[in-house]
Amino acid sequence: MQSPNNNSTGSRKWSDLTPQMVLAPTVIAALIWVIGFSLWTLWISVSNSTLLPDMTYHGFEHYAKLWGSKRWTVAYQNLFIFGSLYVIGTLVVGTVLAVLIDQRVRFEGIWRTIYLYPLAISFIVTGTVWRWIFHPNTGVELALHDMGWLAAKFDWITDRDLALYVVVITGIWHASGFAMALILAGLRSVDGDLVKAAQIDGASMPRIYRKVVLPTIWPIFVAVTVVLLQFAIKTYDLVVALTQGGPGVATTVPAIVVYDLMFQRGQIAQGAAAAVMILVALALVLIPYAVWTGWQKRKEGARHG
Amino acid sequence: MSSLTIKDLRKSYGPVEVLTDINLEAESGEFIALVGPSGCGKSTLLSIIAGLESVTSGEVRIEERVVNNDAPKDRDIAMVFQSYALYPTMTVRENMTFGMECRNVPKPEQKETVERVADLLQIGPLLDRKPSQLSGGQRQRVAMGRALVRDPKLFLFDEPLSNLDAKLRIEMRSEIKKLHQRVGKTTVYVTHDQVEAMTLASRIAVMFKGVLQQYDTPKEIYERPRNKFVAGFMGSPTMNFLDAKVVADGDGLGLTIDGGDGGVLPLPTEKAAGVKPGQAVIFGVRPEHFNPVHAHRGDPTARLKVLVDMVEPTGSETILMSSVAGQSVVASVEPDDAPREGEAVELAINMAKICLFDPATELRIS
Amino acid sequence: MAEAATHQEFDPLATGGTRRRITSKGIVYGALGLFALIYLAPLMIILLNTLRPLDDIVRTGFIALPEAETMSLKYWAEAWGTFCIGGTCEGVSRFYKNSLMMTIPATVLSTMFGLLNGYILSKWRFRYDGVIFGLITLGVFMPQQMTLLPWAFVLGKLGLSNSIAGLVFVHTIQGISFTTLFCRNYFVSIPDDLIKAARIDGAGFWRIFRRIILPLSPPIVIVTVIWQFTGIWNEFLFGTVFTSGANQPITSAIVAFSGSGTGERHYNVEAAAVIMAAIPPLIIYVLGGKYFVRGLTQGAVK
Repeated sequence: MQSPNNNSTGSRKWSDLTPQMVLAPTVIAALIWVIGFSLWTLWISVSNSTLLPDMTYHGFEHYAKLWGSKRWTVAYQNLFIFGSLYVIGTLVVGTVLAVLIDQRVRFEGIWRTIYLYPLAISFIVTGTVWRWIFHPNTGVELALHDMGWLAAKFDWITDRDLALYVVVITGIWHASGFAMALILAGLRSVDGDLVKAAQIDGASMPRIYRKVVLPTIWPIFVAVTVVLLQFAIKTYDLVVALTQGGPGVATTVPAIVVYDLMFQRGQIAQGAAAAVMILVALALVLIPYAVWTGWQKRKEGARHG
Repeated sequence: MSSLTIKDLRKSYGPVEVLTDINLEAESGEFIALVGPSGCGKSTLLSIIAGLESVTSGEVRIEERVVNNDAPKDRDIAMVFQSYALYPTMTVRENMTFGMECRNVPKPEQKETVERVADLLQIGPLLDRKPSQLSGGQRQRVAMGRALVRDPKLFLFDEPLSNLDAKLRIEMRSEIKKLHQRVGKTTVYVTHDQVEAMTLASRIAVMFKGVLQQYDTPKEIYERPRNKFVAGFMGSPTMNFLDAKVVADGDGLGLTIDGGDGGVLPLPTEKAAGVKPGQAVIFGVRPEHFNPVHAHRGDPTARLKVLVDMVEPTGSETILMSSVAGQSVVASVEPDDAPREGEAVELAINMAKICLFDPATELRIS
Repeated sequence: MAEAATHQEFDPLATGGTRRRITSKGIVYGALGLFALIYLAPLMIILLNTLRPLDDIVRTGFIALPEAETMSLKYWAEAWGTFCIGGTCEGVSRFYKNSLMMTIPATVLSTMFGLLNGYILSKWRFRYDGVIFGLITLGVFMPQQMTLLPWAFVLGKLGLSNSIAGLVFVHTIQGISFTTLFCRNYFVSIPDDLIKAARIDGAGFWRIFRRIILPLSPPIVIVTVIWQFTGIWNEFLFGTVFTSGANQPITSAIVAFSGSGTGERHYNVEAAAVIMAAIPPLIIYVLGGKYFVRGLTQGAVK
């Protein structure tokens, strides 16, 4: 192709547009399901819809009703309790595991594989298994009785005040391997000379971790926290399989309320409002994080540039 | 016949102009070096020649044909990258045949060409290895081999030696020179190393801040730099720049160093051409054009008294870091002539080789 | 590999006196072993209960060892082929097939799109490509609840309601966000010079993809396949909302299982079904090994 045209920008060939054309289906799909679907659900939440979609505008009453319902406020409250305990617990266990593995142990791969496998199996499997273990009729309590300790009592899962902690424990069991993997990767990236220097300064191992190594990888802790908060906000399957939100509404979380409103009670507008609230919660976590990482990157860029 | 012509070329990214009014032409078989500090636009210019970047305005011609809108593959060029850019999943042979494969060259011809080039570069035994199994120097050769199999109109090199260690760099440098002499193709070679540019090129284009400062033979660039930037960039240690004033000196003119002891350095007539008494100038002297007076090498009529702060022997020569009236003077002298640190010493200046620059425009006056 | 060279070359516990070293090592291994027990116990307990007769489980609960004379594999067979769930008595085999029919195509399709998108977004830069990348990655964070009603409507319009094809469609589109993110971030580390060299050599968009990018892709393909396979196989909400009865994937069937017992619970059969549901992602996880972790790190701290 000898183009006599010496105009610098014009006359692009069709083949130059191949990348854009290959990308187009994805862009269209993403526009529809990310932007379009969000607006759609947002609109349903202010519409007249009940059992079936009705797209006439209704107003923000569904939000008011949602926040007026006991079930929803309990669910949101549960999310806060569950979210904070789950994140803290997972970080603590994950850090302990990572530091232990970091001690140049033998069979490192095997230990890692064991701690991380819960993440590979579904919440449904995890929830079902732990339900059996926690339930007084099938699990630990019965086993203790069998061993002759008849007064033993371990019925958190059927106790309104304690059932949420069962969800927390199961959640930590599921996710701590994830925290371990990321924190371990962080520990491995710490400059070995730093540890040697601290050692020469006479610091003990626990002190070196507490004062030198862990503080240098704090961005990893921020990242893991954000991911875990996301998990917490989206939590649904685990609770369904473990407690079905019960006893009563003791372990109900927002995602369960959404499902119930939309598909069990035929109040899809209110369900959509609840879904929007989940999106808001996610945005409250993710937007500050995105801004923060962007700012960090710019700072880094300025330092290099 | 000129084989590459660049006319009034401009390149900007949004409001930022990275290349301004570049004019350059290379005769067939010439070896052109594009040299300048990082960020001067030399790599962008090379990418534009290659067709990897578009042109904002102006034109690029390869053998009289305007190639502004041609894809890289249609320009009949070959390029050697700083990172070598060898395809990591292909063997050396596949790396070299990939271009021919894209052009549907028949297999037997591919094989023949690869063998010829492998012979030329002595990489025959490496043909079935992967790039990861090669040393830095071998990768360099393969990268050149990949360019050579193309038999292009134009060779482009983008800092090809900067990833090698010092010794290998010098070896490969002379090898590139030999290779160019043998194949005789027009070559554009980007480097930030002025020694590479001086040793390899038939003409050097010195660039700074997107502007072509000077385009000339190595000798001209070194001896008659157009401005202070070119003078300072070419040569190591770099040229000394002293603030000075032109004064009358008998029948002719001379220079006094600002803040100095008032001693007059007589200007040869050809250097005195463009200046008049009382004019402020920047006085440029290359380090090798100083000699201690006590060594009796050269003309002792122009003398400068300096205080030696530091002496750095490099073996073949000794560098004196010294100062006169608060202005620093670096001189490179024979090791046997070197004074001691802290000594005051008189340096004779070879005034035939000096440069005078205008302090305002920084252009060379004479 | 660089990671091994920094912190790892130095053994913090190897300093100090021998005795101190031995006690610290003892504490470390003791703690590791205890944690390992906590992580493995639930799976082991359930595995053992797949072999025990029901009356045994009802009497002593799950936390007990099987007795040699009553141990049997027949509950596995029952769970696989004959147990009644939600009216059909085909065990979980049917749902298992559903899950495979859903997971494999969705994994393959989303990985293919992800490779192409990642290649374009990292190597064929154009105006607004950053915005497009941002839009696609936003999908990673979308809560499923926001998309439930629109998807139900769209699947209905496309005639894909209550079908495996519908789930493949949904999971492929959602999965592309993940795979594009993974692949783009991976391809960014491939030097641009390779692409430039190939363009000078005369290769175009597709040839560069086939000859340069794809041969470099196995690590990221493994990561995305592992990630997509386990994610889609384990997914529950979409499976439950968009399909019902015999068309549900295995996760939904497991939950239906727990709810379907009219009389007594068949814990042993249920346990076998639960283990079966866990096996494919576990196999992928064990085979994938380090790539699984790499996917995590990439997905989480991009």
